[in-house]
Amino acid sequence: METYTLIVLTLAATIRVATPLLLAAIAGMFSERSGVVDLGLEGKMLGAAFAAAAVSAATGSAWAGLGAGIAAAVLLALLLAFATVSQRGNQVVAAMAINIMVAGLGPTLALAWFNLGGQTPQLDGPGQRFTSLVWPWAGTAAEHPFPGLLYAQLLSGHNLIVYAAAALVPVSAWVLFRTRFGLRLRAVGENPHAVDTAGISVTGLRYQAILISGVLCGVAGTYLSTAASAGFTRDMTAGKGYLALAALIFGKWKPYPTLFACLLFAFTDALASRLQGVALPLVGVIPVQAILALPYVLTVLLLAGFVGKATAPAAIGVPYAKEK
Amino acid sequence: MSAPAKLPRWAERGLLPLINLAAALILSGFVVKILGESPWAALKLLVSGALGTQEGIGYTLYYATNFIFTGLAVAVAYHAGLFNIGCEGQAYVGGLGSGLVALWLGDRAPLLVVLPVAIMAGAAFGAAWALIPAWLQARRGSHIVITTIMFNFIAASLMTYLLVNVLIKPGQQSPESREFGANAFLPAAHELFAKIGITFSPSPLNLAFAIALLAAALVWVLVWRTRWGYALRVAGQNQSAAVYAGISPSRIIIQAMLLSGALAGCLGLNELLGSQHRILIDFPSGAGFVGIAVALMGRNHPVGILVAAVLFGALAQGGSQLAFDLPKINRDMVVVIQGLVILFCGALENVFRAPLAKLWPGRPARDPQPSGVTPVRP
Repeated sequence: METYTLIVLTLAATIRVATPLLLAAIAGMFSERSGVVDLGLEGKMLGAAFAAAAVSAATGSAWAGLGAGIAAAVLLALLLAFATVSQRGNQVVAAMAINIMVAGLGPTLALAWFNLGGQTPQLDGPGQRFTSLVWPWAGTAAEHPFPGLLYAQLLSGHNLIVYAAAALVPVSAWVLFRTRFGLRLRAVGENPHAVDTAGISVTGLRYQAILISGVLCGVAGTYLSTAASAGFTRDMTAGKGYLALAALIFGKWKPYPTLFACLLFAFTDALASRLQGVALPLVGVIPVQAILALPYVLTVLLLAGFVGKATAPAAIGVPYAKEK
Repeated sequence: MSAPAKLPRWAERGLLPLINLAAALILSGFVVKILGESPWAALKLLVSGALGTQEGIGYTLYYATNFIFTGLAVAVAYHAGLFNIGCEGQAYVGGLGSGLVALWLGDRAPLLVVLPVAIMAGAAFGAAWALIPAWLQARRGSHIVITTIMFNFIAASLMTYLLVNVLIKPGQQSPESREFGANAFLPAAHELFAKIGITFSPSPLNLAFAIALLAAALVWVLVWRTRWGYALRVAGQNQSAAVYAGISPSRIIIQAMLLSGALAGCLGLNELLGSQHRILIDFPSGAGFVGIAVALMGRNHPVGILVAAVLFGALAQGGSQLAFDLPKINRDMVVVIQGLVILFCGALENVFRAPLAKLWPGRPARDPQPSGVTPVRP
């Protein structure tokens, strides 16, 4: 019984950890499918986390924070698009520049505006955070282990962004594989010359893809600072943008496999905190660091072609220059 | 296809980086203004903090030492057409190698023995950490940008594990090793100067700076004055031409990454043997990423890298002064400036190159740079 409850709680934690990963990974899916490497997920999320927390602290509204988070991430995405699509700059360098700049800018602005040593104020007022929604009868249901506890912990008890992220998977799958926009987006990532020949703007499509990525990163960052925690702290993304990228690769740039990868990576994270210092039968204490490194090791193995094969969009990383 | 505009060599190597730097600084000035401080006062403080005193100069060159190692590392990989984002991890693991030697030999052998072994161990550990991504890129086509990022995280986990569980000094809370034996301390610059009768204010600047200069000279000879360096640059600029010339690109990829990792791995000499005298958590503290900025600004040439590394060293040191004197600014402002420099020198360089090129119409192409840092695709 005890074990069962622990498992359910770990799965509930998995869902919470997976949400920002999933949002960022789907964000990356749109820009990478259009042929633009998205190493900037980390920076866009961090920028959004800061903007959301700062605006929510100033206005008292989490929704205003969400708007600011999306706006900040979209601005960064526009900068990325200008540098990589319009100026045909190196996509990796541009993204690294944004990641580094934002890592400094958040704490710098936070110090100047709030004077709390690089953090934003604690968000504890009513409506300043996205709080968990408790579904009807969840309290009563939790008293019955099966299926009540599952209902109370896994379906109920999350905030709005979690449900939105879950809905995003089928929606993005539909957009990507069932709409004209999605077809063009995939085409521009595979063969931009063909798309250009067909009279469709490569630049326009890539801008749209990068902007979608910006919006989703904005939501992911907002989740981090106004839902998962109560305020912005220095480097609070802590590599989640890169982990999301790993999940995207692990999911082979497809929505449902990416969802699976995010859940898997989030589960290792949730498991690591549960297993801290716990001796398991047969294997003894597994170092937390080994579990935390697992997603990265798995991704490298996948990239190496040892577990399945990940094929990136063919034109990824190559700036497109129109032939004259 | 409009190829990147060509400039005369002095404009390409001197003027353009300066304009890009100026753009980054002007934008940083705006940020300082938004923060409510005067950009001019901040700039003055930055310069005087970095170069105004002997101590400031010492710290500037001490930081620059790290950036020379990582800048060279990024540049060597770049010449092979590879983007090594993994310098941070390679420096971290390389430092473990040097640190282990210092722990082992520090109270057993003289510095003359410890130092060469520590250099070799640092280079070997750093190179080993670069080997797997290099091999995967060369033989299995796994994109090196992604694998080196993953290896940064794996390195961080590995080092945390080792420091928390294995290397930690017994009876101590913070994850640090014990102090090295005194023979493993690299002599500080002020001690060396004192021996020849010059007084210099104490600072962490140490012998590793000289090693970094030697490394820069070595890279220059290797890349521009040897057969191997020629093969490296050919493979970086045009893989099919390299194959046609009998050069194996996959072998070059592995060799370049080994050298790159070895250079990054030497960071521990400065940071651990030169200054901290113990292995501690996250000692590269972002120097691997600053190396990207340094290499971009320095046009991937050792001389340019030295200049850019001193500049970033000054930024790091001056930034501490800034944070100390101006209450509304903290050290993170330096990170903002670093990011802006990478943006302007790396991703947005065509913004200023195109108008500059109009000043010299019809120049023949000279000194071509590798056509793109990611020619090898997954």
